Amino acid sequence: MKQFLVFVKKEFYHVFRDRRTLLILFGLPIMQILLFGFALTNEMKNAKVVVVDYAHDIASQQIITKIEASSYFSIEKAVMSYEDMHKAFKQGKIKCAIIFPPNFNEDLTHAQKASVQVIADASDPNTAKTIANYLTAYIGDYQQSINATMQLPMVIQPEVRMLYNPDLNGSMNFIPGVIALVLMIICVTLTSVSIVKEKEMGTMEILLVSPFKPIYVILSKAVPYLALSLINLVVILLLSVFVMNVPIRGNVFLLFAECTLFVISALSFGLLVSSFTNSQQAAMLISMMGMMLPTILFTGFIFPLENMPLPLQVISNIIPSKWFYIIVKAVMLKGLGFGTVWKETCILLGMTAVLLTISLKKFKIRLQ
Amino acid sequence: MQPFNRLNHRTLMGSVIIEHIKKTYDKGNVLALKDVSFTVNEGELFGLIGADGAGKTSLFRILTTLLLADEGKATVNGYDVIKDYKQIRGCVGYMPGKFSLYQDLTIEENLNFFATLFATSVEENYDLIKDIYEQIKPFKDRRAGKLSGGMKQKLALCCALIHKPAVLFLDEPTTGVDAVSRKEFWEMLKRLKEQGITILVSTPYMDEATLCERIALIQNGNILSIDTPENITKAYPRKLYALTASVVHKILSDVKAYPEIASCYSFGEFLHISFKNDGKDNTKELLQHLSQKGFKDVTIKEIEPTVEDCFIELM
Repeated sequence: MKQFLVFVKKEFYHVFRDRRTLLILFGLPIMQILLFGFALTNEMKNAKVVVVDYAHDIASQQIITKIEASSYFSIEKAVMSYEDMHKAFKQGKIKCAIIFPPNFNEDLTHAQKASVQVIADASDPNTAKTIANYLTAYIGDYQQSINATMQLPMVIQPEVRMLYNPDLNGSMNFIPGVIALVLMIICVTLTSVSIVKEKEMGTMEILLVSPFKPIYVILSKAVPYLALSLINLVVILLLSVFVMNVPIRGNVFLLFAECTLFVISALSFGLLVSSFTNSQQAAMLISMMGMMLPTILFTGFIFPLENMPLPLQVISNIIPSKWFYIIVKAVMLKGLGFGTVWKETCILLGMTAVLLTISLKKFKIRLQ
Repeated sequence: MQPFNRLNHRTLMGSVIIEHIKKTYDKGNVLALKDVSFTVNEGELFGLIGADGAGKTSLFRILTTLLLADEGKATVNGYDVIKDYKQIRGCVGYMPGKFSLYQDLTIEENLNFFATLFATSVEENYDLIKDIYEQIKPFKDRRAGKLSGGMKQKLALCCALIHKPAVLFLDEPTTGVDAVSRKEFWEMLKRLKEQGITILVSTPYMDEATLCERIALIQNGNILSIDTPENITKAYPRKLYALTASVVHKILSDVKAYPEIASCYSFGEFLHISFKNDGKDNTKELLQHLSQKGFKDVTIKEIEPTVEDCFIELM
């Protein structure tokens, strides 16, 4: 036991004396949370829109105010000639233009029909589509508000409710994904690298030629990284609650238990990698390719799984992160209990057991 | 340390017995050791002398249970290297050829770590390492990676000794260490031997061979000779001469071409030569022959063969 403790202490010395490890350990999660939360969103924010208002009447003003109020657009009112507008588009200064013709309100109230022109920069088709959709929605919204006063029969109004994320807060989806990714990187990469480092430095030879049992070598490598991962988890959760405004709706203990399970499966994989490789670079590469990439690709937190071809969807089932992602989403974001995630938990448990058995079996008590 | 049942092993305690060990790498394509057998007695300072790639490290790794031999049997301290590997790991000290301690831990931390790992404490066997440790103690808070070569070796030796092993394996402990530190190191080994520890040391330096009680000369996985250094040098088959001249390198081919020469090779600033038939007055004839060729300032004197001469002879 004393041997075990001194070994764990030694591991902590390694971690805290190596700036690179520390950076990966604590810099990476913070960076990823902030990156995914703020920078890498696929939402549109503050798209530059120019409004050319020839009408200057109540209807056009009301629509403009409505659009202005949203955070999606930043409105610039200007009277522009078509030539100027094209120039602005070409230079990329604006994403969209709305043009209200003269007599807009009069057409609307008397002829019951008015048109407004929306021009979007479709060189980026997705953004253009989104902008056009939003603008059309705002105009439709306004149309309905005036229709309401005109006693028109039966307006079918689709009422959309955004479940779990009414503000369509994009960082919500990312948090479980980032948790999976960060735990994966720390556990797999750092454990495999730290064991392979012992091999590279030759210290493994001395460790093996000692009464310390090889299995304890593995355990004492795993324990510090388990502890550090859980500390990291706390950091990520604090960041997501207080910086990203993503609440933890479910049971915190259940969340931690599930995370611990996932960490153990990742640690086992790290151990497995270390028994197949002999250099730190190889260990790092295999950990990255073997776990990080699938975590990014196959959990569905960046690319929806449903859109993938069937073979890839099947492959995604053997990635532990996929199941972990489902669990965290359910527990953390939807506030569901163990009853709903027991199946996924069992799968993860099975995977962990298999990985751990293989890695313990594969650990060599000799050099070859 | 666990109380091993050593009673049955009393006769073999501290000894290393190697019988017909064969080791290959790469599925038998690279031969590292072929049919190596020798015995190291209890309390002996035994040297394994050979060039790089001779198979020294492979043999050490087999004896320290890190590698499995393809064929053959070996026991260390009475324990079989395959069956009783756990017991062996508890009672031997091993210092690999490469500096293998934690570079980011200080001297003191390294020592404490290995002491605890071997289920002992620094204090318990302090008298054993005292002489060595005192020398590096002033730097005990320095990280091992920042130490000089000699200090690293001393620290590694301390760590290998901390649990008072019955057998100590030192794989090229003096490679890459300066001459003064090497000398000190061998003096330390002699003192350790007095404590009754069996020491098996490998080295590529022939001059260190005479510091061992017995040596084995190893080349390409073959044991060439096993004996005391004195007996090995005594066994040199002919008289050996050292030849010197102002232009030794130019003279070499002429000496080699001389029909009576049995061996000739440069050795530092000399040529070491021996003749096929020691009965005749060879040196005079050779000197005459050389002066005819235009080499006037040549001197030849008889010398005692060194281990290196024997090694070259046996190769």
